[in-house]
Amino acid sequence: MGDVIAILEQRNGTLKRVCNETLTAARALADELSGEVYALVIGPPGVSVDGLGEYGADRVLVCADSALELYQGTRYAQIAAALAGKHESEAVVLAATAFGKDLGPRIAAKLGCPFAGDVTSISAGDGIVVTRPAFSGKATFRLKIVAQRCVISIRPNAVTPVAVAKGGVVEQVTPGEGDVVGATTVAVKEPERMALDVAEASVVVAGGRGLKEPEHFRLIEELAAVLDGAVGASRAVVDAGWRPHSEQVGQTGKTVSPNLYIAIGLSGAIQHLAGMRTSKVIVAINRDKDAPIFKVADYGLVGDLFEIVPRLTEEVKKVRGS
Amino acid sequence: MKIAVCVKRVPDTETRIKVGADGKSIDESGVKFVLNPFDEYAVEEALKLKEQSSGEVVVVSVGSDASQETIRTALAMGADRGVLLKAETRPLDPLATAQVLAAELRQGGYDIILFGKQAIDDYSHAVGTMVAELMGLPSVSAITTLEIGDLKGTAEREVEGAVEVVEFSLPVVLTAEKGLNEPRYPALRGIMLAKKKPLEVKEVELDLGGIEVLELALPASRKEGRIVGEGAEAVPALVDALKNEAKVL
Ligand SMILES: Cc1cc2nc3c(=O)[nH]c(=O)nc-3n(C[C@H](O)[C@H](O)[C@H](O)COP(=O)(O)OP(=O)(O)OC[C@H]3O[C@@H](n4cnc5c(N)ncnc54)[C@H](O)[C@@H]3O)c2cc1C
Ligand SMILES: Nc1ncnc2c1ncn2[C@@H]1O[C@H](COP(=O)(O)O)[C@@H](O)[C@H]1O
Repeated sequence: MGDVIAILEQRNGTLKRVCNETLTAARALADELSGEVYALVIGPPGVSVDGLGEYGADRVLVCADSALELYQGTRYAQIAAALAGKHESEAVVLAATAFGKDLGPRIAAKLGCPFAGDVTSISAGDGIVVTRPAFSGKATFRLKIVAQRCVISIRPNAVTPVAVAKGGVVEQVTPGEGDVVGATTVAVKEPERMALDVAEASVVVAGGRGLKEPEHFRLIEELAAVLDGAVGASRAVVDAGWRPHSEQVGQTGKTVSPNLYIAIGLSGAIQHLAGMRTSKVIVAINRDKDAPIFKVADYGLVGDLFEIVPRLTEEVKKVRGS
Repeated sequence: MKIAVCVKRVPDTETRIKVGADGKSIDESGVKFVLNPFDEYAVEEALKLKEQSSGEVVVVSVGSDASQETIRTALAMGADRGVLLKAETRPLDPLATAQVLAAELRQGGYDIILFGKQAIDDYSHAVGTMVAELMGLPSVSAITTLEIGDLKGTAEREVEGAVEVVEFSLPVVLTAEKGLNEPRYPALRGIMLAKKKPLEVKEVELDLGGIEVLELALPASRKEGRIVGEGAEAVPALVDALKNEAKVL
């Protein structure tokens, strides 16, 4: 009782960086519940599970099978739910990435328990309490779990990973018999150059219609590159076909909370703000000093982005010594 | 082909949220409600599939009487009939809503059941896949492409930095992401026709599930920022502030 299962995401047999956040959150919750942390990794044979003890896993359950290399929603959920049942865990936690957003609700449905998605904090005193943004980030719910068990997904970047050495004893588990599923992930198409995703990046440089032409996004890409960040976009430029939908930030795009968000030539419409207002530091560059983006910005630069951005890229290069 | 689309009534994206007197829900006075934007993609996809073959598109919503208007919007786009599963409760636990929907959809004999990927009010991103698991049906969430063939199909979903390709058999549950299509606007004729389309109202029991609301609060307002300067000359001051004050470089 009081145990927490942290479900960790792998791609191509390698765990994602966000897993340390998931483990950190699981560790903190398990400590409050006086329980243990089980890390669960589902993936292909040979999937790497080194070092999970360093971030607080007491035990590491590895379910490896060649049929589980690619993410298979229902199948993964069957495995996770069976283990959660067997270990009588009180909470199942995972990151609210595309993987966690799909998998979390499936596990909750199989366990018949509540699901709290995309939470920004978890605590346990008199029951488990989470905070989660709603109304596209315009308000925040504080919610109490009133059930024996629950599934919680955690927004990327909401938790700072903390190293806590625990046993991390690895144990192989078998996938067990599954029902016939009827849906199979057959391929994962990866672009040649893997771009960092806006939702996972700790720095986001976002551009809007102020860039004037799709080619000018080169300025945004260059600044993002020197900051090791990801490119984001307003809906206006996504709808215009300048940028892929996967880069859209906002109410009908992605919700992001990076350490640094630089908004360039975008006005800061309410639907855009909804997706980025929880960023830790916001910088706005816009020639209109009354643009709404300045209302949420920590630092603003008023002026022509075509003059400011190349200079900014140069200056950042200097201070980062690259 | 028999297709169901589940739709939710939500506050318009322009809405400025005010917290209600109970401190646990929004103050709805003056709030305009719309068909959840992601559900528009689901309705559009259903209509396209019907146009390609034939069949019926049924719109299902769980909510109060006010949700009839939301269903009518989908009927005006071209859906054939609506079902309102009437309940006054608004659970924050998506499982409660999913159970009520699954109970209704089980009886329908649908080939395809469509959802939006997420309701923009509760933001759960959960009900569609939960319904699929409760019904034991194959499913793909947050799809951006869809091809339906003979009793099977293929969909793609975007994951961070890649695209997953998923093959499935029918019947199937799918949830729609932006990019799947361009939703049509209801034409005047559609709006007139929608008024006469059948809309069945069924009372349902909807419990609150396993989540209790303690509080709804506005996000802490950001601390006052400052304009560092104007033009490219101010760039060094900005970089200095980011490095030494905010410590993010
Ligand atoms: C249902 C719905 C959902 C939506 N969802 C989203 C969403 O998820 N994300 C989103 O972003 N939007 C969303 N929107 C759209 C939103 O309302 C705005 O239309 C959009 O965000 C505007 O994009 P923009 O800021 O790039 O363009 P604009 O509003 O046109 O802003 C361009 C800005 O660039 C500045 N500029 C121009 N030239 C220069 C220059 N040379 N140097 C510096 N600055 C310059 C201008 O001053 C202006 O502020 C949604 C709308 C609806 C109705
Ligand atoms: N009350 C409801 N009635 C009908 N469909 C709903 C309801 N709530 C959610 N849905 C559907 O489930 C999707 C995901 O919602 P959610 O899990 O709440 O983010 C929505 O886009 C709708 O298609």
